[in-house]
Amino acid sequence: MALLEIRNLSKVYQRDSQMITVFEGIDLDIEAGEFLVLMGPSGSGKTTLLNLVAGLDKPSAGTISVGAAEVTEMSPRQLAAWRSRHVGFIFQLYNLLPVLTAYQNVELPLLLTHLSKSERREHVMTALEVVGLSDRADHYPRQLSGGEEQRVAIARAIVSDPTVILADEPTGDLDAKSADEVLTLMQRLNGEFNKTILLVTHDQRAAERGHAVMHLDKGVLTG
Amino acid sequence: MKYARLVWVNMTRNKRRTVLTTLSVAAALFLFVSLRSVNTTLADAREVGSESRMVTRHAISIVFYLPESYYQWLVTVPGVRSVSWADWFNGIYRDPRDFFPNFAVEAESYLAMYPEMVIPEDQKRAFLDERTAALVGSGLMERFGWTVGQTIQLRSPIWAPDREWPFTIRAVYTPTNPSFGDALFFFHYDYLYEGTSRRAQPGWYVLEIEDPALAAAVAETIDEHYRNSQAATKTETERAFQTGIVTMYGNVGFLMNAIGLAVFFAILLLAANTMMMAGRERTSEVAVLKTLGYSDRLLFALVLAEAASITLIGGLLGVFGAKLAFEGTGFQGLGLLPNFQVKWATATAGMAIALCLGLASGIVPAWQAARLPVAETLRRVG
Repeated sequence: MALLEIRNLSKVYQRDSQMITVFEGIDLDIEAGEFLVLMGPSGSGKTTLLNLVAGLDKPSAGTISVGAAEVTEMSPRQLAAWRSRHVGFIFQLYNLLPVLTAYQNVELPLLLTHLSKSERREHVMTALEVVGLSDRADHYPRQLSGGEEQRVAIARAIVSDPTVILADEPTGDLDAKSADEVLTLMQRLNGEFNKTILLVTHDQRAAERGHAVMHLDKGVLTG
Repeated sequence: MKYARLVWVNMTRNKRRTVLTTLSVAAALFLFVSLRSVNTTLADAREVGSESRMVTRHAISIVFYLPESYYQWLVTVPGVRSVSWADWFNGIYRDPRDFFPNFAVEAESYLAMYPEMVIPEDQKRAFLDERTAALVGSGLMERFGWTVGQTIQLRSPIWAPDREWPFTIRAVYTPTNPSFGDALFFFHYDYLYEGTSRRAQPGWYVLEIEDPALAAAVAETIDEHYRNSQAATKTETERAFQTGIVTMYGNVGFLMNAIGLAVFFAILLLAANTMMMAGRERTSEVAVLKTLGYSDRLLFALVLAEAASITLIGGLLGVFGAKLAFEGTGFQGLGLLPNFQVKWATATAGMAIALCLGLASGIVPAWQAARLPVAETLRRVG
């Protein structure tokens, strides 16, 4: 059984009186430890699919299950709790809180757990070491480069040891060198730490790092 | 506690705005506590009036005098143990801003009726024996740095305004109840009478009655007796009389509460505006926190905690600033508000209002944060 199972998934938006179908009847399986890259033109629904998997949006029809959890059946409260334990989200624009240091940003997901302060510290420093930024723990986002900010965001995504990492164009705002570092890091998370990754991107170089590439275009998902 | 840092960094994100809002709340709470303390002080002053003492004054207003001849009949009224009288002198020392209440009294009988004033026996004797002597409250002595034996001059716009009235301080009293006030000034009625070429008349009579239960009957007997005279009377317990004096200022309680309410709403709007602005600036961050697993309920609580922290800090500054300021300076409202103090009940009410302000101003942005659609927000900012 796949770790992530998507069945007959549809998403339709209503804009005024007009119904806009993003995609319809999508099926997708991702195995544990897989690194799947999802490509497609702008507006094809890649981010929408990612948001649905994370439970940030509700599908119009279909089901999504991650492990034993039926994401589409959960209440908002259950979804929040589930996300905190099972999903690591990486954004294109990093989305670090500017008033918090790198350490404090990475600690954010752990505040939702019952870990003690010292245990949280241990986890945060481990995550920062994995992304190679343990020496920048006390730096604020404005004191970091774009690549470093994204690596902090990755540390934040992995600090609670989630079941799946969802990355939405993580290299979209980075120069080539930084993008390469971030992709190498994600490859390492997958290879070394066996993290299941679903990465959405336009970037062909990013696509080359995954185990498999799928395309979403005009509502149709192809392998 | 682990979320305290998150609340704190959000509060201090725009330091100038937070400081200004906090100071506004502090100023509003300072004002509220001050106004409320005026009310409680006046209420206390009313309570000082004894139920076993009654006051007979002119039926029309206290500004009209009563004939001295009334004394002879008043002492014969059944239930009346003793009678004294007093006059409002309105004396000014140096400058009208140095105001303090001062009265001409029939000293011997008056002091016998007011055990609230504790006076050393030798000083009391010295005061009673000298026509130009004055009895002064300990607070007033301290306020002006006066000493026993010192002669001071008062000028009265009511009585012979062209002349100075010298008084020699012969006695100092300490009140047994702080609400009685330690800033009063008494002197002999005879001195006033002679100094005004015998024009002075009693402003009101004070009656000591044998039993508070007789108050209604005594009042009815006296007022009925003088109903058709040229100076009809109104007789009431001293407590009711004190209440009447307070209401001469107008409906002070209503005025103070109305001002307090207006201030409350003004600050509520200010605090709410601050929190709304803060909330709008952080829309994307709230969406990110939701993505990390922060629940709607938790985000609601965090925004409310931030708003409440700002107003509670402002409340602490305002409420305890007022308490320290008034108690540190011994403020008594020029003697009109003896024993003026910010009571703990008032301070608690002030802090409760600060908390309510915080919750009321934070409820809308907190609700908006909780209801924020994550996917749509991330799409908008991304």
